[in-house]
Amino acid sequence: MKAAAVAIASLVALTALALLSPQWLVFMAMLMLAKGVVVLGLLVLMRTGLVSFGQGLYFGIGAYAAALLSHGLHVADAAVMLLAGAAAAALIAALLGLLLAGYRDIFFAMLSLAFSMILYGLLVKSAALGSTDGFNLHARTFFGVALAPGVERRVFLIAGAVFAVVVALLVHRLFRGHWGRLATGVRDNELRVSYLGASPYRAVYVNYLIAGAMAGLGGALAALAVGHVDPETTYWTTSGEFVFIAILGGTQSILAPFVAATIFEALRTVASQYAPNLWQMSLGLAMLAIIMFLPAGLWTLAERRRRSA
Amino acid sequence: MSSILPVAFDGIAYASWLFLISAGLTLIYGVMRILNVAHGSLYALGAYAACSLAGVWLGGGLPAAGSFAMLLLAAILVGCLVGPLIERGLLQWMYGKDEVVLVLITYAVFLIMEDVIKLVWGVDSLLLPEPYALPGYFLLGGLPYPVYNVLLIAMALATGLALAWALYRTRKGKLLLAVIHDREMSMAMGINVSRVYLATFAVGATLAALGGAFTAPTIAVTPGIGVEVIVLAFAVVVIGGLGSLGGAALGALLVGLVRAATVRYWPEAELFSIYAVMAMVLIARPKGLFAAQEARKI
Amino acid sequence: MRPSSLRAVLAAFGLLLAMPASLAQQPIKVGIVTFLSGPAAGPFGIPARNAAELTAELLNAGTVPAPYTQKGFGGTPIELVIFDEAGGPQTQVAEYRNLVPRVDIVIGYISSGDCLAIAPVAEEQNKLTILFDCGTPRIFEDASYKYVFRTGPTGTMDNVSVALYLVKRTPNVKSIAGINQNYAWGQDSWADFENAMQTLKPGIEVKTSQMPKLFAGQFSAEITTLLGSGAEVIHSSMWGGDLEGLVVQGAPRGLFEKHKVVLSAGEPAINRLGTRIPDGTILGARGPFGPFAPDTDLARWLKTAYQGRYHIPPNYASFKMTQAILGVKAAYEKAKSSGNEAPDQDKIIAALENLTFEGPGGPVKMALGKGHQATMDAAVGTTKVENGQLKIVDIERYSADKVNPPDGVKSEAWIKSGLKK
Repeated sequence: MKAAAVAIASLVALTALALLSPQWLVFMAMLMLAKGVVVLGLLVLMRTGLVSFGQGLYFGIGAYAAALLSHGLHVADAAVMLLAGAAAAALIAALLGLLLAGYRDIFFAMLSLAFSMILYGLLVKSAALGSTDGFNLHARTFFGVALAPGVERRVFLIAGAVFAVVVALLVHRLFRGHWGRLATGVRDNELRVSYLGASPYRAVYVNYLIAGAMAGLGGALAALAVGHVDPETTYWTTSGEFVFIAILGGTQSILAPFVAATIFEALRTVASQYAPNLWQMSLGLAMLAIIMFLPAGLWTLAERRRRSA
Repeated sequence: MSSILPVAFDGIAYASWLFLISAGLTLIYGVMRILNVAHGSLYALGAYAACSLAGVWLGGGLPAAGSFAMLLLAAILVGCLVGPLIERGLLQWMYGKDEVVLVLITYAVFLIMEDVIKLVWGVDSLLLPEPYALPGYFLLGGLPYPVYNVLLIAMALATGLALAWALYRTRKGKLLLAVIHDREMSMAMGINVSRVYLATFAVGATLAALGGAFTAPTIAVTPGIGVEVIVLAFAVVVIGGLGSLGGAALGALLVGLVRAATVRYWPEAELFSIYAVMAMVLIARPKGLFAAQEARKI
Repeated sequence: MRPSSLRAVLAAFGLLLAMPASLAQQPIKVGIVTFLSGPAAGPFGIPARNAAELTAELLNAGTVPAPYTQKGFGGTPIELVIFDEAGGPQTQVAEYRNLVPRVDIVIGYISSGDCLAIAPVAEEQNKLTILFDCGTPRIFEDASYKYVFRTGPTGTMDNVSVALYLVKRTPNVKSIAGINQNYAWGQDSWADFENAMQTLKPGIEVKTSQMPKLFAGQFSAEITTLLGSGAEVIHSSMWGGDLEGLVVQGAPRGLFEKHKVVLSAGEPAINRLGTRIPDGTILGARGPFGPFAPDTDLARWLKTAYQGRYHIPPNYASFKMTQAILGVKAAYEKAKSSGNEAPDQDKIIAALENLTFEGPGGPVKMALGKGHQATMDAAVGTTKVENGQLKIVDIERYSADKVNPPDGVKSEAWIKSGLKK
C-alpha cells in the first residue's frame, strides 16, 4: 500500500502546484511529467534488456496525433487528445513491434532509430504539416468543459498528473507481477526463459507496446504544454535525451524518471543562459560521473540515505 | 543511359567517403565491442586539425601540394594523441560493461569533445578549399568532375586493402583476430589484450580523423559536422554487419549508390534513403549483411 | 551529490529565476534570444548577439545618430539578458516561459519554427515580443497577435525580388533549377521562387529541384545533377556551412560559370568566402542590409562601430537585430512623448502598431499583419571581384509594396495570382 500512498501524495502535490504556482512552473511541471512518462516507458523496455534509440518515433506520433485532432478535425478536447496520442502510438507500436520484438541489443536500438528517422523524413517532406516549422495546436475544452485562457494549462497539468500517476501505478504493478519478472528473465537469459515454456518474443512485444503507448501519451502531453509540434520530436537526438534521462535516474524506481527529467530541464535552463557552449560538456561529464560512481542512477542516492537512516 | 556513368561515379565517390568514416568504427567494434559514438568527434577533430595545419602551411607560402601531407599529418596526430588519451584515460576502466552502457560512455565523450572543439576553434566555419581545387578536374559524360574525388576513391581502396592485409597477412593482425574470436582464451595464451585494445583504438581513431582531414577541403568545417557523420557511419556499419570490414565496404557501396541514384531520379527522397536501406537490410538480414555467428549462451 | 545538497541546488535555481523580477525597476530589461551554439550561431546568432550588445551599449552612452540620440529608451538605460536559441521549439517555449517574468521585452528568434511556437505563448503571457529575423510569412498570415511584432521583412520578398531581378537582367530565361536545404526554409524559398518565376515568365521550365538534407555539407551528386540539367538559372536559399560547401565544391566544377546562380540569402557568406564567390553570382541579403544598405548616417554608424569592435563587417543578422532594438526604442519614445511617466506595455504596443521608423537598412514600415509585420525595400545585386575585393555591383532596389503582398493577402496566393499591388 506504500505505492498508493506515494501516488496520492504525488497527485496532491502536483494539484497544489497546478493551482498555486506561476505559469512557467506549471509549464515546466507538464514537460517534466511528459518526459517522465516517456522515460518510464523506456524503463519498461529496459527490463527486457533492450534500449530503444527511437522512442522519439512514438513521442512524435503522440504529439502529432494530438495536434492533428485540433488542426485538421477541430477536436479541441485535451482528454481526447491525450488518449488519441497514446492510442495512435500504441497502434504503430503494435505493428512495428511484430518486427522489432525479434531483434536484440544494438540491432534493436539501430532499427528503432531507423524507423524514427524515416518518420522524421516524412514529416520534413510534408509541406501541409509545416515541414520543420511544424504548426500550432489549441486545446480549449477538457472532457467537454470549456476552459478560460490562462486556466487551461493548470487543468492540463492536473489531467497529466492523473494520467501519469495511473500509468506509474500500473507500471509498478507490472514490475511486481508475472510480466515484470518474465521481462527480467528475458534480459538475463532468454534461452532459459524459452526452455521454461514462456515466449521471450511475446514478453518483448508486450513491453515494446507499453513503452510505445507511454511515449505517445508523453508526446501528446508535451504537445498540449508547448502548444506546437514539429519534427524535432522524432529526431534521434530527442530519443537520445530520453535514454540519457533514464540513465540519469536509474532503473530502480518508478519515481526516478520524473526526478531525473526535472533535474535535466533545470540544468539546461541554467546552461542556456550562462554557458551555452559548455552545456553539452556538462551533460557528458554528468553522464560519465553517473556511470562511474552511481551505475544504478541518481536514485541510488535516495536509497543509500534510506538505508543509513 | 548517359546518366548511369555520372551516377555510378558519384555513388562510388560517396561510398569511398562512407567507407573511410566507417572502417575505423567497425574495426573498434569488432575488437573491443564498443560502438564508438566519439568516432564522430574524432572525425570533426581531424577536419579542424587539418584546417589549422594546412592553413599554417599555405599561410607560410609553402608549395600547395604539401598541404596534402598536412592533411595526413593532422589525421595521424589526432589519431595517435587523442585516440590513446580516450582509451587509456577512460575506456580501459570500462571494459566488461554492457554494450549499451559503452555506447553511452562514448556518447558522453562525444558531447564533451563537441564543446572542446567549439572552445578551441570557435563557432565560425573554417575553409580549406585549396587542396580540393588543386588537382583540377576531368570530364566524364561531358560533365566536369574534381580529380580530388578520384584521390578519395584511391585512398579508400588503399585503406581497405592495407587493413585487410594487416589483419589477415601479418602476425599482429592474426593476434588481433584471435582477440576478436575469444578474448579470454587469447589472454590465457599470453596475448597482451590491453595493448591490442590500445593499438586498435589508435588505428580506429586515426581512420576517423583521416576521414575528417580529407573531407575538410570539400566542405565548410563547422560545429556539428561530427553529428551528421555518426549516424551515417552507424547505418553503414550496421548494414554491413557489425565488426566486419568487408561488410562496411559493401554497406558503403550500397548506401553510396542508392543515394546517388536518389539524388538523380527522386531528389525528394534523399532525406531518408539511407534509413530506408538500413531498415530493409535489417528486415531481410537481422544482423546485417556479414554478421558473425555467435555461440548461444545457456 | 547528496540529496540535501541536490535540494539546495534546486532551491537556488528557483531563487535565481524568481530574483530579478523582484529587484528594482531601474533599467529596462530586454531579453535577447539568438543562437549562441549550433550551426546557425556562426552566420547569424553571434553576429546578432554582437549587434545587440553593441547597440545597447551605445544607446546607453547616447552616441547613436539621430533620431536615436536620447540615452537608452527615453532616457532609461537598457540591460540585456541573453539566452541561447538552440534546442528546438519545445525547449525554446520552456526557456521563453522562464524568461518572461525576468524581462520587460523579449527580442529574438532566428528559426521560423521557434517563432511560430513562441508567438501564441507571448500572447498568452501578455509579453511584448519582437521577432527579429525568422522569415516565414505564416506567423501573421495564419493568426493575428496583439503582443507579437516582427521588425524584419518576411521571406516572401527575398525570392520575389531575386525573380524580378533575374527577369530584368536575363529577359529570355527559359529554365530554372534549384538546390535548397530540405527543411521548411529551403522548401518555402524554392516554392516562392518557382511560383514567382512562373508568374513572371509563364511556362518556364523547371529542370530539377535538389533538396539535400540540412547540414549534409557534401553536394557532389547534387552538383552533378545540376550541371547535367541544362538549366540556365540555379536558385539556392542555402546559408551557413551548407552554402559555403556549395560554393567550394561548385566553383571548381564550373557550376557558377555554366549557370546563373542566385543565392537569395547569400550575404552573410561574403564575410566568410570573400573573393571565392565567383563573379556574376546574384546575391540577396533578406532586405537592404549589409552592403545593400542605403548610405545613411545610421548605416554608416553601425558599420563603423561594428567593424571597429569585432573587426568584421556587420551582416544582415546584425542589421536586423539593431533594427529591432531601434524599433522598440522608437515606439517607446513615441509612447512616452505624451507624458513623463514610463509608458506601460499597452502604450508601447499602440505606438509600435503601424509605426514607420528608421532602421540601419532604411525606413521600416509596420504595414502588414494589422500593423505588426514590417515591410522594407528589397535590394539585389551581383558579385564582382575588383582589386582583390568582393564588391556588389548592379544593385537594384524594389520598393516595399512591389515585393510584399497587400495586408490581408497571403504571400503564396499573392505570388501565384500575379504579384499585383
